[in-house]
Amino acid sequence: MNDNENLEGGPVAVPDSTGAKVETAGAFDIRNFIGLLVALFGVILVLVGLFDYTDVEAAKTGGVNANLWAGIVMVVVGLLFAVWAKVEPIRMIVSENEEGAEEPRDIAGLD
Amino acid sequence: MVDIRLDAQWIDYAIIALYFVFVLGVGWFAKRGVSNSIEFFLSGRSLPAWVTGLAFISANLGAVEIMGMSATGAQYGMPTMHYFWVGAIPAMLFLGVVMMPFYYGSKVRSVPEFMRMRFGTAAHLVNSISFAAAQLLIAGVNLYLLATIVNRLLGWPQWVGLIVAAAFVLFYISVGGLSAAIYNEVLQFFVIVAALLPLTLIGLHRVGGWSGLKEKVAGDGMLGAEQLHSWPGEQLSGFDSPILSVVGIVFGLGFVLSFGYWTTNFVEVQRAMASKSITAARMTPIIGAFPKMFIPFIVIIPGMIAGVLVSDMTEFKKMDFGGDAAGAAATGVSYNDALLLLMRDVMPNGLLGVAIAGLLAAFMAGMAANISAFNTVVSYDLYQQYVKKDAPDKHYIFVGRIATAAACVIAIFTALIAGQFSNLMDYLQTLFGFFNAPLFATFILGMFWKRMTPAAGWSGLASGTVAAVILWSLSTFGEVFVLPGQGLAFLSAATAFVVDIIVSVVVTQFTRPKPVHELKGLVYSETPKTDLVDPDEEGLPFFRRPVPMAGIGLALVIILNIVFA
Repeated sequence: MNDNENLEGGPVAVPDSTGAKVETAGAFDIRNFIGLLVALFGVILVLVGLFDYTDVEAAKTGGVNANLWAGIVMVVVGLLFAVWAKVEPIRMIVSENEEGAEEPRDIAGLD
Repeated sequence: MVDIRLDAQWIDYAIIALYFVFVLGVGWFAKRGVSNSIEFFLSGRSLPAWVTGLAFISANLGAVEIMGMSATGAQYGMPTMHYFWVGAIPAMLFLGVVMMPFYYGSKVRSVPEFMRMRFGTAAHLVNSISFAAAQLLIAGVNLYLLATIVNRLLGWPQWVGLIVAAAFVLFYISVGGLSAAIYNEVLQFFVIVAALLPLTLIGLHRVGGWSGLKEKVAGDGMLGAEQLHSWPGEQLSGFDSPILSVVGIVFGLGFVLSFGYWTTNFVEVQRAMASKSITAARMTPIIGAFPKMFIPFIVIIPGMIAGVLVSDMTEFKKMDFGGDAAGAAATGVSYNDALLLLMRDVMPNGLLGVAIAGLLAAFMAGMAANISAFNTVVSYDLYQQYVKKDAPDKHYIFVGRIATAAACVIAIFTALIAGQFSNLMDYLQTLFGFFNAPLFATFILGMFWKRMTPAAGWSGLASGTVAAVILWSLSTFGEVFVLPGQGLAFLSAATAFVVDIIVSVVVTQFTRPKPVHELKGLVYSETPKTDLVDPDEEGLPFFRRPVPMAGIGLALVIILNIVFA
């Protein structure tokens, strides 16, 4: 699938000669991405629930402040995603290819 | 006419806008290749199994799942669960355990390509053309639902909604929304759960909890308590006899339709084919099966709640049930509206925005996935193979762009066909019966019977589809016989399957098989067993191994079937 097959599953020490290095997925880890959006939604809903809970809404939901509760749960879920990404970061091996190669660099999973 | 406008406020639009900033933003970054980690996620290589597993089910969590299942839930109740617990889950487990090693091991890029390697170009051509046609028809379903939401939100007439929605999907694909498919699919999964879970809980609260729902459904004066038991599901299958109904559901819906859909559908199978090893590819549908098992609780249950809580829905159902077609049509609603009507009645502003964002996302991504699959098959499987072989890459990309734009336009017209059906599930199951059921028959026979010849491959496929279309037309237009519910779809699928098998077996007797050495990796008996598994799989813990996890999944789904029988 890629030229670095020999690196996959190998020991963490990656030979320097290939110019490969280990990176974590960082801010663009899909879990941070999901967590951020869900938490933002949650914050908006909590605010709506706190400041704009009217009789009309209460009649719709059967007397539950649904925005507030759903918002709180979403903030918590968002935070859990961020914590998960922090505790168990996804690591990948990035190696720069030679000038003029089709792809500038190869990226492969480490774990 | 009922006013089905959703009362969205600025806060709802803000939430929808925020969602699209995220989705289009990742697409934009992805196209520029600015981040190693975006590239890592997009390449699909060695992604964590939960990511590919969720992407696998999310690619399917579009129109069919959300609107079709809630519509069917509103109409028939619990028997709808069969689509998941008899249909999808066993099929996904089967895909992971039995079929994935062949797909993965043969290194094909698409399902039609597997056809070409096993049966040669004739079968490949038949399969590619029918696949391309199916994608256009299903894209029409997604587009129709998108236009429906636009109509419910803004009140624009349907044809304006269709054109605007098609243009927006085209824009989404060209900005790069599709190149961020894995991100968006996984994200979409969580947004949809965030939308449908509160909807279900609030709905349940309004009808007096689980027991309140049971009481109201049992006393609705129509199908009554029958809607609370998944078996024997006579209303769903359209067969009067409970035994025939069970056979119809297990064989027609479960075996032929669902196995056909899940094991040959390129859009979903592609997610798994991108994995780093056979074990990872096999684990993808198996892991996806676990969340998938519980999705009916947030799509079918809201449909059932809408059936008893939303007065417009109840009124329509009464007329539809009483056979008053004109009266039912005059209400201006249909089963497809069940979820939207429930949202209108129970979702407060704020959560309403989340729900609309989730639905828009699902239908848009669904249509985009159909169109990109169409694009791949047209430009590589059809154009490159049969029209112009050795052009530079640029040329095929150009052809692909034209195919994409053309598909968006054609989808507007297929959307008009989809709009004719008061329950979209009927329509979709009919389509799957035409296209997927014969494909599954040919695949399964071809994988396990090395004698099967290339001529049998294409003729079986073609005659299966033709048989299903004839049977369906006889009932629909000729009115030779009538089957209510989805019995007709089950029956045409089963017919397609059986005709395909018979024709394949007969044709094989008179034609020449492929030489055995060309079948390695494509046919079970010609593939060394060691090629079908990873050598190091033995050493993995049980939760990372396909067969033990598939066993646990199967046990769980059997328990669910018993509990809600």
